[in-house]
Formats: sequence, structure tokens, C-alpha cells
Amino acid sequence: MKNKKSNQAVFMLRNRKKSRLRESGYKYFFLCNGLLAIFVLGGIFYLLLTNAWPFFKEISLKEFILTKSWNPTGWNGASYGILSMVVSTLMVTFGAMLIAVPLGIACAAYLAEVASPGFREVVKPLIEILAGIPSVVIGFIGIVVLGPLLARILGTSHGLNAINGSLLLSIMSLPTIITLSEDAISSVPIEYKRASLALGANKWYTLIKITLPAGLSGIVAAVMLGMGRAIGETMTVLMATGNAPAFPTSFTDSVRTITSSIAIELGEVPYYTTHFHGLFAIGLILFMMTFFVNLVSDLILNKYQEVE
Amino acid sequence: MKTVNELQTKILVDNLNFYYGNFHALKNVSLEIYKNHVTALIGPSGCGKSTFLRTLNRMNDLIEGVRVEGSIKIDDRDIYVKDVDVVDLRKQIGMVFQRPNPFPKSIYDNIAYGPRIHGTKKRADLDQIVEESLRASALWDEVRDRLHESAMGLSGGQQQRLCIARALAVKPEILLMDEPASALDPIATGRIEELIDILRENYTIVIVTHSMQQAARVSDYTAFFLMGEIIEFDETGVIFERPADQRTEDYITGRFG
Repeated sequence: MKNKKSNQAVFMLRNRKKSRLRESGYKYFFLCNGLLAIFVLGGIFYLLLTNAWPFFKEISLKEFILTKSWNPTGWNGASYGILSMVVSTLMVTFGAMLIAVPLGIACAAYLAEVASPGFREVVKPLIEILAGIPSVVIGFIGIVVLGPLLARILGTSHGLNAINGSLLLSIMSLPTIITLSEDAISSVPIEYKRASLALGANKWYTLIKITLPAGLSGIVAAVMLGMGRAIGETMTVLMATGNAPAFPTSFTDSVRTITSSIAIELGEVPYYTTHFHGLFAIGLILFMMTFFVNLVSDLILNKYQEVE
Repeated sequence: MKTVNELQTKILVDNLNFYYGNFHALKNVSLEIYKNHVTALIGPSGCGKSTFLRTLNRMNDLIEGVRVEGSIKIDDRDIYVKDVDVVDLRKQIGMVFQRPNPFPKSIYDNIAYGPRIHGTKKRADLDQIVEESLRASALWDEVRDRLHESAMGLSGGQQQRLCIARALAVKPEILLMDEPASALDPIATGRIEELIDILRENYTIVIVTHSMQQAARVSDYTAFFLMGEIIEFDETGVIFERPADQRTEDYITGRFG
């Protein structure tokens, strides 16, 4: 009897040692994964920086940012100005958000608060499938469906312009915005809603005054992620916005975004020329823009979490 | 204890049956709740007391697939007939929940939320309501200097008193409390009970509680629920000292539940 007991004690001790070993194993496994992500991020940044560096030795930052025309292979001397592209990207993204944010949040609120559970179960996966449509297919729709339609409505010769790009990008960022906002709205504690309803508020008032503000941090994160997608999207805007490397003056102009410029030119550029390094400089700007968007969303998230 | 002939019926429940889908949650419940008295609902978990409480301000309407039969009259008006405005009904009946659930807003905005729904917009009026409500819930002195800070920074007990103040701000006549102290420590519980004792002067209070001692301390009348039925309803003293039904006695002496 006594022997059995001590055997058991030894066994338990051994077991505990084993589980502690396993515990630290898990810990290092996850640590390595986390470090890998940071390492990749750092690597990309380093690559962009070192390849863009020779460019900035020839072209001043001021010239790069403030010149409207990007024409590295021009007859009358090359020009390396990013302003038109940046404005184009901002315009197309802003237009996309103008459509996608209200629509996305309204959709999410509907799914989370109004729709029956059965309906939600069907629709939410469908919306997520929308996120999986390849961007080239969306671009194709932009050329053959949306383009002619816009041309007819606007009375222009073609419909490949900033509006077209904005509409397509809004469709592409909608799944992200809807799904993540819906999660944020659904995770608002039901106690808040109950308290509001018990005070005599109707569903609508409760949604506007309680549920959406309480879920705001998640909704902001959703919008920012959607925006990140819109800024970085390449194929769709390449196909649907007309690729005119001129300074856009309205949404009906054809535009060429930062991403399209890189995609179009990087395949053809002679290596290690100013033009080549210039494309990395453009990439660096793009990287900084998306980084800025993420940073802002992080700051907003933190701010609201503190209030709660 | 007031004598019987002073009693005025505030809520009259007649033969109430309540179903969640096929589940018969409340069976032929009839009960009178008297004005300016505290009525405690006791009984084991799942006996229907919270469900009953929520039928009084129609919070069960929010759940799908529920059915109500019978009648509940508040001041002689049936609250389950078609033309009843649920917003008005809930303005008349405040509710305090089991877990403190202040909105993630400032203390001031928490209290002003209800009055704003019902059309009070002027700052001066709101200021006054906020102060009155916080004084009525014995919280004013603790929070007067930080009305515009987040309510989430208050302690659990303070949050619950804030929720009571929020309910009082719409000037209800009835206060429903669903285990209002179950998530609080003994000191905070004591303060809530003191508060209930003061509030009974102006409000009709119905409180669900799991604590026998609490029911004995705060209530004038007690209803004992079991399996969706009211087994016994009487003055609290009678229920706790000489209950008529064996099951009531078993429950209050802790033999089951």
C-alpha cells in the first residue's frame, strides 16, 4: 500500500516535469512565430530602404514629392514626381471609403441586430466569399460592366476612371468592413442593450446611442483594415482606372495609383537605374502610407479602450 | 407593517401563463403587488421568478418564440393589450439588473440617457435630474466631482447604485430589481438594501433575490415560486415564521434549492 502511494507520487512528479517542459516548448514555439513576423516586416522595410537609397542620392525628396509628373523615360529629360500618383491613390481610396463605410456599417448593424439568426448564418459566409473573389475578376467586371455603364451615365468616351476604381475598391473592402464590424457589434454586451431598452429606448435608438458607440473600437479597426486593403490593391485599379499618369482634377478623370505604377513599370525597367530605384522609393511611400493607417487605427483603438 | 386596509394594489396579475416555445415557464400565476411596498420573489434557480419579473415590463418581448396568456394590470390598465405603448410602459417601470451594467459613457450621460429618450433636452433640466437621481440613490456625494468621468471607473457597488439612479431618472412608479446585489460584496449589498428601504416611500418595488436573509430584511411581502407556480404569497414575516405550505418551509429552512 505504502509502496503504491510513493510510486504514484513519483509518477505525478515526473508528469509535472513533463508538462512544465511542454509548457515552455509551446512558449518558445509561439515566440519564434511572433519573431518571424517581425523579422519579415523588418526585412521588407530594409529591402525597400536600401533599394530606394540610391534614388534619393540623385533626386531630392522635395522634387520627388512635389513634382506632378512621373516620366522616367521622357524625351526631354526624365521627371520623377510622385504627387499625381499619391493624389490618385488617396482619391480612389477616399471614394471607396465614402461608399464602403456607411454601407458596411449599416450592413453589419443589420446582420448583428435586425436579421434573424437563420438569415445571418446564410448571408455572413456569402459576404466572406465575396472577399475571396480574385482582384483580376473584379477588375474585369470594372472594364466590361462598370466602365461602359459609367461612360453612358457620364457621357464620356470610356468609363475607366477614379469613380470606377472607387466603386470596385468599395466592393472589395466591404467584406472586411462588414465581417469585422459585425463581430464588434455582436460582442457588445447584451446587458447594455437590455438596460437601454428597459429605459424605454427603441431598437433604433439603442443601436445608434449604445451599441455602435460601444463597438466603435472594433468598427474603426474594421474600417482601417478595409482602407488598408483599398490603398494596397493593385490589379483592380490597374485594370479599371485608365492608367493616365496625369494629375487628376476630378473623379471622372482617369488616374494611375501608386500600386499600378509599380506593377506596370517594374517588369520593364532596366535594373539598378535611377528609374529602378525610383520604383522602390514609390514602394517606400506606399509602405509608409499603409503603416500610417495602421498606426492611426491602433492609436484610436487604444484611446477607446482606455475610456471603456 | 401597515395594516391591510391601507393597501393599494399597484400591479394585479391574473392567471398569467408564459411559454418559451413549448416550455411552460409560468403556470397560472396570480399575484397582487401593493403600492409603495417591497415585494420579494424567492425560489430556487429556474423557478420562473426572473421570467415573471420581466413580464411586468415586457422585457420578454425581446425573446423570440414566447407566448403570454392571462393579464397583468398596472393601475387597472392591461399592459398586454395591443395599443399599449411599450416605451411609455418602460418609462413607468424602472429595472435594475443582476450585474451592474452602466453604459460605457460618463456618469452624467448614463443618468441623462433615459430622460433624453423621453424628450428632456435642456441642459439645466438634465443637470437637475442627474443630481436628484444620484441623491436618491445615495451616490451624489461620492461622484459629484467626477460626473463627466467614465462610469466604468466606479466600483461594483457604486455602479449598481448608478444603475438604480439611471432607472430613477425617468421618474418611474415601479422599480423591478433582478437580484440587484448578487454580484456585490456584503458592504455594497448593505448599502443597496438601505437604499431599497428609503426608496419604498416613493416607489413600488419588486425584487428577485436568492438570499433569504435579504428577502427577510428588505421586503414587506414575499412570494415563493417553485417550478413556475406561486406556492405561497403573504407578508414576509408570515412566510418566514409560519409558512402555510410545507414546500415553502423546506425551501426557507434550506432543505432544498
